Amino acid sequence: MSTFLSLLAYGLADGAILALAALGFVLIYKATGVINFAQGEFLLVGAYMFYTGFVVMGLPLVGAALFGVVVATVIGVLVERVILRPMVGENPISIIMVTIGLSMFLKAVVQAFYGTTPKSQPAILPRSSVEIFGAMIPLNRLSAILIAAVVLTAFTIFFRRSRHGIAMRAVADDQQAAMTMGISVRRIFAMAWALAAVSALIAGVLLGDISAVDQNIASFGLLVFPVVILGGLDSVPGTIVGGLTIGLLHQFTAGYLDSGLANVIPYIALVLILLVRPYGIFGETRIERV
Amino acid sequence: MLTRAYQHSLRGSHLPAGQPLLEVDNISLRFGGVKALRDISLTVTEGDVHAIIGPNGAGKSSLLNCISGLYHPQEGEIRLHTVPGSRGGHRQDADRTTGEVRTHTLTSLAPYKIARLGVARSFQNIELFSAMTVLENLMLGRHIHMRKGVLSSMLWLGPARRQEIEHRQLVEEVIDLLQLQAVRNKHVGALAYGVQKRVELGRALCLQPALLLLDEPMAGMNAEEKEDMARYILDVHELAQVSVVLIEHDMNVVMDISDRVTVLDFGAKIADGTPDEVKADPAVIEAYLGAEEEDQAVREAVAHMEQQVAQETAKEGDRG
Repeated sequence: MSTFLSLLAYGLADGAILALAALGFVLIYKATGVINFAQGEFLLVGAYMFYTGFVVMGLPLVGAALFGVVVATVIGVLVERVILRPMVGENPISIIMVTIGLSMFLKAVVQAFYGTTPKSQPAILPRSSVEIFGAMIPLNRLSAILIAAVVLTAFTIFFRRSRHGIAMRAVADDQQAAMTMGISVRRIFAMAWALAAVSALIAGVLLGDISAVDQNIASFGLLVFPVVILGGLDSVPGTIVGGLTIGLLHQFTAGYLDSGLANVIPYIALVLILLVRPYGIFGETRIERV
Repeated sequence: MLTRAYQHSLRGSHLPAGQPLLEVDNISLRFGGVKALRDISLTVTEGDVHAIIGPNGAGKSSLLNCISGLYHPQEGEIRLHTVPGSRGGHRQDADRTTGEVRTHTLTSLAPYKIARLGVARSFQNIELFSAMTVLENLMLGRHIHMRKGVLSSMLWLGPARRQEIEHRQLVEEVIDLLQLQAVRNKHVGALAYGVQKRVELGRALCLQPALLLLDEPMAGMNAEEKEDMARYILDVHELAQVSVVLIEHDMNVVMDISDRVTVLDFGAKIADGTPDEVKADPAVIEAYLGAEEEDQAVREAVAHMEQQVAQETAKEGDRG
């Protein structure tokens, strides 16, 4: 029972962070139609930017967070404007190749500036544990779940209710009609990339805090693919369900079966989902009538 | 003929009626070697319902797409005249209420900028946001009039909320005008075709347009639905006093509701005038109404044959 509970907490924490990472991915795909293979590196860059603000520049927590958000926004907008805008109208494979190139570039830049050794960063989340039904649950995992839940809720409300969120959905739905409503499609694209970078930053910082600020953050980011395939490439609620499922699957496999298998199991799930339900649980079914 | 007391004016233009609102000046549009439009000129007058008619492929939709910025003509110029007024929420207009007429060249503007000048449109094949409700679609029509930034709209702050309530009141008036009350919260994808067309008209109206472009608002409708739609368009014109440019195939409808008609054929303008003038124009009869003359010829031929048959029968009867 206690093993189960602690695995549950670890799984939910992983899942919540994955959901945040996947949210950025879905945002970009939904609004601009680009499959962003550099999402994992956005997490990495986010974590290192926060580290730069917090440790290198010695800013207080809030200042470091703001610094990270500003840099992430700038990077997101720059990527859209400099790299992806010239690719508008190119075939999807070329665009995917460009994002893969971008992922390598971002990783290399981070290595060039910070090296490959893990960086030590003072703990942001509480380090103690609480005992729940005999299981020791670390508080930092619980806080990560809480923070991710708050951010995901805020984003969901933003999409549902706010003017810019609705404009973003309008662009995703019908670009031509959106333009004739006076919506600047380019600004919406820039906004999607900026928001994706910010959500990746939050995920990266949480991940850096519960594990370490190092290159592994990017490989954790690779797990967004099973998540979005499971939840549906274009579904915001799908990222939450997908993220939690993959997080729990990973932790339970590691705890009860084998830790080696645990690293593979998300991708086995990915293949199975593609076989059974290729558009995901909540994804839009694309049926073409001929 | 104001039948209901609406609080918000849906008309976005402050030009006096009778003045030129939109001038299309010798535009030509080519797709490779195909000339979709050749030297088209026309003037839309403030307060008019201006119809553009012509056979399939005449370039009607291309012309509308040029006006709304989806196509950019290679030659010529399109100008829109506005009087900056107290129109709700337009950034540049907010502090100017002088009567001076300003001229905007639309020819190379991006579609969203043209929309912000107050040119709203509907599409021939419905282009609604199908994953959203009727209300959300209509609220998107208010987008250009909303001014709060990303941050405050993210945080759902007081001013953003107040602003939304105000826009919602205008949207409710449009819902009332077009009788969409019953479907307000339905997803547009699930609505009947005729209702979707009406929602699209409503969404365009929510922009408080200076000029409303309607691309075949009655296409694919039966006679009854057409009559309803014509009624709504007239309501929009008479109650809300919005200037309308519409493309339509049905000649009877066009002649009934338009103040002015422009006729296109093979990308060129062949006539322009009041419905009566256009109806009498030989070039129009040739290109568009030619079918009626043919009908006449067929009818005469059939009558002639029937006469012959009758005579033959009569002769046979005599013999028998």
